Amino acid sequence: MPRSTYQRLLDVFGKLAVLLILGFLVLPAAVVTFAAFNDKAILSFPPQAWSLRWFTRAINYQDFRDGFHNGLIVTLWSSTIALVVGAMFAFVLDRYSLRFKATLEGVLLSPLVIPHFTVGLGFLILAAQVGLTRGYPVVIACHVVLVLPFVLRSVYVSLRNLDQSLELAAASLGAPPLRVLLTVTLPLLLPGLISGWLFAAILSFNEFTASLFVTEQRTQTLPVAMYNYVREFADPSMAALSVMYIVGTAGLIVFANAFLGLGKVLNIEQNR
Amino acid sequence: MNSQPFLRTFTAPAVLCAFGFLAAMAAVLQFSLRAYIPGSLEPGGFTLANFADLLKPLYARVFLDTVWIAFLTAASTLVIGYPLAYALVRMQNAIVRSILLVIVVTPLFLGEVVRTYSWIIVLGNNGFINSMLRDLGVVQQPIQFMFTTFGVVVALVHVTMPVMVIMLAAGLSHIDRDYEKAAASLGAGPIRTFLTVTLPLSMPGVVAGVTTAFAWTFSAFATPQLIGGGRVNMVSNLVYQLGFASFNFPFAASLCVAGLALTIVVLSALRLAARPLENISPH
Repeated sequence: MPRSTYQRLLDVFGKLAVLLILGFLVLPAAVVTFAAFNDKAILSFPPQAWSLRWFTRAINYQDFRDGFHNGLIVTLWSSTIALVVGAMFAFVLDRYSLRFKATLEGVLLSPLVIPHFTVGLGFLILAAQVGLTRGYPVVIACHVVLVLPFVLRSVYVSLRNLDQSLELAAASLGAPPLRVLLTVTLPLLLPGLISGWLFAAILSFNEFTASLFVTEQRTQTLPVAMYNYVREFADPSMAALSVMYIVGTAGLIVFANAFLGLGKVLNIEQNR
Repeated sequence: MNSQPFLRTFTAPAVLCAFGFLAAMAAVLQFSLRAYIPGSLEPGGFTLANFADLLKPLYARVFLDTVWIAFLTAASTLVIGYPLAYALVRMQNAIVRSILLVIVVTPLFLGEVVRTYSWIIVLGNNGFINSMLRDLGVVQQPIQFMFTTFGVVVALVHVTMPVMVIMLAAGLSHIDRDYEKAAASLGAGPIRTFLTVTLPLSMPGVVAGVTTAFAWTFSAFATPQLIGGGRVNMVSNLVYQLGFASFNFPFAASLCVAGLALTIVVLSALRLAARPLENISPH
């Protein structure tokens, strides 16, 4: 069937619309990059002189350093705990029958729709009631609950796609359940586990609203430090830090996409 | 042989997490029913006064504003996100598709603070848009984007876009394309095929996307706080202000409970309204 001018016009129009939308998505990151390399403290477009001084300032700013350090502690603990808890429960969800299974799943997935300020306030009040100071354990517990749904989903999808006949073969050859789990299931699940952990880690490192409620000066994570900085100062150090953030995160996403296939994890692959 | 080995070991940590979370939510609920004693962090006896206070015009207004902003954001995100999701799913070229996917997904993981800060630089009085317009001689006085509902919504649309596109793309990717081919072979043009076949079949994705966008917007804090600058307030800003400026945690908790109830009502209404649409699906 020959394509009419009308169809071609529609095609061009569609492409143009998508390009415009992509422009909207990329615009803030592009503008921040310009601001970060701009020598002057006041924004001007296009910049007259370029410099790296804001990057130096951002890297040497003590609150950012502490925030980065605290954020790493919180992220490593919470994403690892969430991975273990989530992977185990995803296994139960996929394989076993259990009373209240759906209820338990519902509770664990509900932080997806419950506002983070509510979760944060909840953990803050709970910690005060049981007499805990606002140390790392409270922050970590809060983050585990918040990132658990993502791990659960990621591992569950991989379990669904797993070929169970391999496990049955191992079992029929006499391997006990634990051995099957450790030598067959676990290695096959590895991509799902890694992507689940990566998701959890990135989300935890970037979590802001709940962290604002449950952290204090001593435990404040990087986003909280950044928020406090934006409220007090207007110089482009924050832009420089944002650029480092954007590059780091995009790098991790490209990595995740290349090795694990984001489309599969997000369930948006077209059946071709 | 035990047919469900490790059942207890594997369920126990999840149960522990669920209880921790439920305890935190119960703490909010409990505090929302306690009296506020000025100058004290300890709450007083049980009362319903906090919920009565919610009806005061000052607070009721913030709730209405929040719902309005969430609605505007969800609707705009849907309209802008749909073409992108469509392109993402239907793109034939694998490399272009990967690039699209990375551009769409990266902002999802950037966090609210970085993205909001970027929008301050774009929308500020000396920001990108205003300096561009000034240099081009279009405007003499900067256009006020900061501290306006418009500015907050623009940034929020950007914040919710990735999750909307992912939900829409998930819905679109599960459509059997034979339906579209059938419509086309029966003589329907591309627009007609889209409106009568593709769009109705993608309704589950649309509902999921709008629902999540609404919930996310409701949850946003940094964006209305920094771009709204106190002049555009959402429930989240009020909760923070009450908790950390006046230490009125009982009232902050009651705002959370009311916000949660409101979210549930709005989302259930959305689901109900969308049910007839979803029944069109031939699956």
